Amino acid sequence: MKVTIRVRRQDPEVEDTAPFWQDYSLEIEDNATVLDALIKIREDMDGTLSLRCSCRSSICGSCAMRINGHAGLACKTQAAAALQEGDVIEVEPAGNMPVIKDLVVNFDLFWDKVMEVEPYLQPQGPEPEGEYVVSNESMLHLSGVTACIMCGACVSDCTVMEVDPSFLGPAALAKAYRFTADPRDGDDEGVSKDRLEQLNAPSGIWDCTRCLECVQACPKGVAPMERIMAMRDQAITAGFHNTNGARHTEAFSESVEQSGTLDELKLVPKSLGMTNIQGLLNYAPVALQALTHGKMPPLMHKKIEGIEHVRRIFEQVDETER
Amino acid sequence: MRYAFFPGCVSRGGCPELYPAAVLICKRLGIDIWEMQGASCTGAGVLQEKNQLLGDTLNARTFAMAEYWDLPIMTICSTCQGVMSQANFRLRDPEYRAQVNTYLAEEGLEYKGNADPKHLLWILIEDYGLDKLEELITRPLHGVRLAPFYGCYLVRPTDALQFADNPDRQDSLEKLIEILGATVVDFSGKTRCCGFPILTINERNSLAMVGKHTSEAKDLGADAMITPCPLCHLNLDSFQPKAAAQAGRDIGLPILHMPQAIGLAMGFPASELGLRRHIVNTRPLLTQLTPVGAAH
Repeated sequence: MKVTIRVRRQDPEVEDTAPFWQDYSLEIEDNATVLDALIKIREDMDGTLSLRCSCRSSICGSCAMRINGHAGLACKTQAAAALQEGDVIEVEPAGNMPVIKDLVVNFDLFWDKVMEVEPYLQPQGPEPEGEYVVSNESMLHLSGVTACIMCGACVSDCTVMEVDPSFLGPAALAKAYRFTADPRDGDDEGVSKDRLEQLNAPSGIWDCTRCLECVQACPKGVAPMERIMAMRDQAITAGFHNTNGARHTEAFSESVEQSGTLDELKLVPKSLGMTNIQGLLNYAPVALQALTHGKMPPLMHKKIEGIEHVRRIFEQVDETER
Repeated sequence: MRYAFFPGCVSRGGCPELYPAAVLICKRLGIDIWEMQGASCTGAGVLQEKNQLLGDTLNARTFAMAEYWDLPIMTICSTCQGVMSQANFRLRDPEYRAQVNTYLAEEGLEYKGNADPKHLLWILIEDYGLDKLEELITRPLHGVRLAPFYGCYLVRPTDALQFADNPDRQDSLEKLIEILGATVVDFSGKTRCCGFPILTINERNSLAMVGKHTSEAKDLGADAMITPCPLCHLNLDSFQPKAAAQAGRDIGLPILHMPQAIGLAMGFPASELGLRRHIVNTRPLLTQLTPVGAAH
């Protein structure tokens, strides 16, 4: 199979540091992966091409990069499936991390963030006489997160980190969940209150925009965003209600329970906090603009037909969950 | 063609111009829509943060109603569509569906697992046919450069959205733009996040996303942006002036709801499509259009 691998190259050590695209046309096996093609280029065509790789079996997490604009492991991506128009495959370094050379990026910030969530068990209760006994179920649940191979694909495509490098990001937050969901971590009940308090702060769980990029990018099915959502619920359950995010979630839920649909007019002030004068004033010009353009949601929010059934479902599901 | 119409909250709330525009073009297309008066909000991913089972049950209720009517569901919002697709994906599991159905029984409903909710964009491509749509275009948007903006939930996760079985979904918006006679302005932000979900949580980041995408499209020569998601529209249009101020530059990129762009190409006047309700002025865009009935 003949392919063209279009590589985004950059060498910050030379004078002209601007990234540029370089095309390599080569013959590869029909069942070759994108990594096979890149290795062939490096071995046979251009020894100056830099990339990281090791296991070639999606275990080591070294070869995460952007393939056709989206992060993934080069060793897990079949070249035949990635062919674009003209049999071209575009390969770029992972995003949201500085490029060292070509496809090699600097992971320092990635590891700093993982360290920031204190990735080790912190039991607070008295130590048990023997070993900690935990249910099979809880460990099986955790295996979904411990499957993370720290490849950085989620961080590469995170839309929040793109505009705000201070955000903890999907990898570190998924790692945090590995501990908040561990029954050995935190107090006697397994509630990691101190941890959740930190995660509840700015740049933590509430800053995720739920864009699903990390869920799509993760090669191991860790679904970092879903873990972040689970931690939001853990934080609210642990008593951390005083954030715009928590208020937003609770106001949203209340609106659907009361009327069946979303009462947007009430949602914004409730999210900001009804006594948050400064926050409310900040929205006044936008609200006024909406009003003058006839964009204001209806003042009288109508209930849907059969609202009693929606309310009953809320009650019944809530009871089951308890 | 008949559909159970699920308009979603925002098309009648924060973006009241969307609902009438969608109804208008469906009428012209000859698509018969029956509004699902008793359906609840999908939960928009927010309710699911708190309780996924609850969110899935509410969506299963909507699916069961459509099954009872024996009609496929039409959505006009990327977020509604994505949340429904994700719920439906989980509800493929018969055991889970049985659990969810226990909450629906009291209302006499049961979800059998046959719903296949579709965004109007997908319906036009997969059920209606773009060639048939093309026949109704009386004012092709020649010379207009449109940047697509999908909304996260219409492009991810690809397994729940069944991209493998429906490869046209990958570039559905670009296909539509071309049929309308406009030129596609391809840009890297088209499948990224508009920032709306964190607007009240981290406004700075939310506006930075608006600024980034609208600026990029504008700088590539776009005359307007087109989106199938009213939540994206809220942020990209209503908050664009604020985003421009934060970015310290002019942007001024009109954002069209997908049905509005189709309506313009069908020759409907801007006033009927609610374009005057936009925050970013759409008049410069409208002056670019050829008058209805002019030779083309």
